[in-house]
Amino acid sequence: MDLLIPEFGTIIWTLIVFSIVVLILGKYAWKPMLKALKQRDLTIAESLQAAEKAKREVGQLQLESEKLMAQAKVERDKMLQEARELKESLMHDAREQAKKEGLKMIEDARQAIKTERTAAIQDIKNQVSELSVAISEKILLHELSDPAKQKELIEKSLVDVKFS
Amino acid sequence: MHKTICKVLLAAALLLPWVNSSFAAAEEQEAHSVEGITPGHEAEIHGEEVEKLNPGDFIFDHIKDAHEWHIMTIGHTHVSIPLPVILYSKSSGLHIFMSSKFKHGHAAYKGFRMETTGENKNKIFGEDGSKPFDMSITKNIASMFFGVFILLWIFLSMGRTYRKNPVSAPSGLQTWFEPIVLFVHDDIIKPSVGPKYERYAPYLLTLFFFIWINNSLGLIPIPPAGANLTGNIAVTLVLATFTFVITTFSGTKDYWKHIFNTPGVPWWLKLPIPIMPVVEALGIFTKPIVLMIRLFANITAGHIIVMAFIMLIYIFAEMSTGLAYGISVISILFNVFMTFLELLVAFIQAFIFTFLSSIYFGLALAEHHEAHEKEHA
Repeated sequence: MDLLIPEFGTIIWTLIVFSIVVLILGKYAWKPMLKALKQRDLTIAESLQAAEKAKREVGQLQLESEKLMAQAKVERDKMLQEARELKESLMHDAREQAKKEGLKMIEDARQAIKTERTAAIQDIKNQVSELSVAISEKILLHELSDPAKQKELIEKSLVDVKFS
Repeated sequence: MHKTICKVLLAAALLLPWVNSSFAAAEEQEAHSVEGITPGHEAEIHGEEVEKLNPGDFIFDHIKDAHEWHIMTIGHTHVSIPLPVILYSKSSGLHIFMSSKFKHGHAAYKGFRMETTGENKNKIFGEDGSKPFDMSITKNIASMFFGVFILLWIFLSMGRTYRKNPVSAPSGLQTWFEPIVLFVHDDIIKPSVGPKYERYAPYLLTLFFFIWINNSLGLIPIPPAGANLTGNIAVTLVLATFTFVITTFSGTKDYWKHIFNTPGVPWWLKLPIPIMPVVEALGIFTKPIVLMIRLFANITAGHIIVMAFIMLIYIFAEMSTGLAYGISVISILFNVFMTFLELLVAFIQAFIFTFLSSIYFGLALAEHHEAHEKEHA
């Protein structure tokens, strides 16, 4: 039964040793340890949160970039379309203009040709008349040198002249 | 450099008792041969020789505390590590000497003698029959120093690491003990004590690891481990007293009200004869007493079973040598099994002691709102 009777010396030693151990470990082991563990927990939680946030941000950025891309594509398409239209219209205009210009030039040319022709005809007419006068003069001079011929001419002329 | 010196010193400190003990053994033999001349002692020695092996005594010698660390006995030569004896006697004052001076109880020294038989075996008395204050470093105390040394070494080095780089991933010793610390802290202390757990964590963590390490050391049959420290009622008494004192001093108004005027209990259980208050008040004391007995009984029982299996070999050896060989195989197998079981028990008992202490603190701190509501209803 003396197993159940606590020894006084053992009690005192245990009391002293255990108290000292609690104090020492409390100050130099548990305190820094629990503090560090708490700090680590906080760090991990913060890191996780930051990672989550970063992930969200990246997702948002991606979304935004996708949106931008889509917008750019639309813009590009629009611009291409516009350019195409512009080209078409420009070409059309140019063709129209050219046509008009051509027609005008043709008209002008025609007009010029017409004018030139009238002038030329006039010129020719004048020259013909002049020439005919000159020729007639020369012929007359030549014809009249011979009285026979003068007479013949007068006669011929008189044939043509109808008295009316 | 510093570390190697420490190691050498440690080795020397551990070896010194061995050297000492061999001297003691030599002295012992000499003593026997010298004392052999006197007829009285001769008879005593012969008596010892005739005396058959007593398994019960053998087991209880191990279970109980002692002033020397007995390793083995070869013939009449006891090989043991002597331990310091510290005595204070009202008549002759303070005495400090090694227990080898008693020559295993065969000699008196400075007016003290050590009992070798009977109920007071291994206890020191004055030659006049008085009982001095015995503050000796006994086997249990020495083993406690060793356990505490390990405890401090592990956790102070860990504490240093945590102080140096608190956020880094655990490495070395941390990987071994951090999960256990976290288990005790997060799964025992935090939920059981409640919101004010931080004040109680140092005591409870120390309690857990003190019990666990000393329980486990008790399973190693080589000095300086192998003592039955946590199976010593004085040790468990002190630990339970710590819990009791802390519980009592943490008690809130609600806690005391619950004890002396338990809400939700019919008035006739309180008024003419205070049955409930008496039961509750007894509970204050039975809780730590149960803690004390549980740890003591579990660890002592474990040691007794392991020792009993070993004693089986010797009991059968007295019948026949062959039988002893046969039995030793079974006995060793059982012992291996028991040691594994005791490893588990070592942890479980540390867990239970810490867990119940946490719960007692939690009860003392609790604000019983639901009870008040019941009262009002």
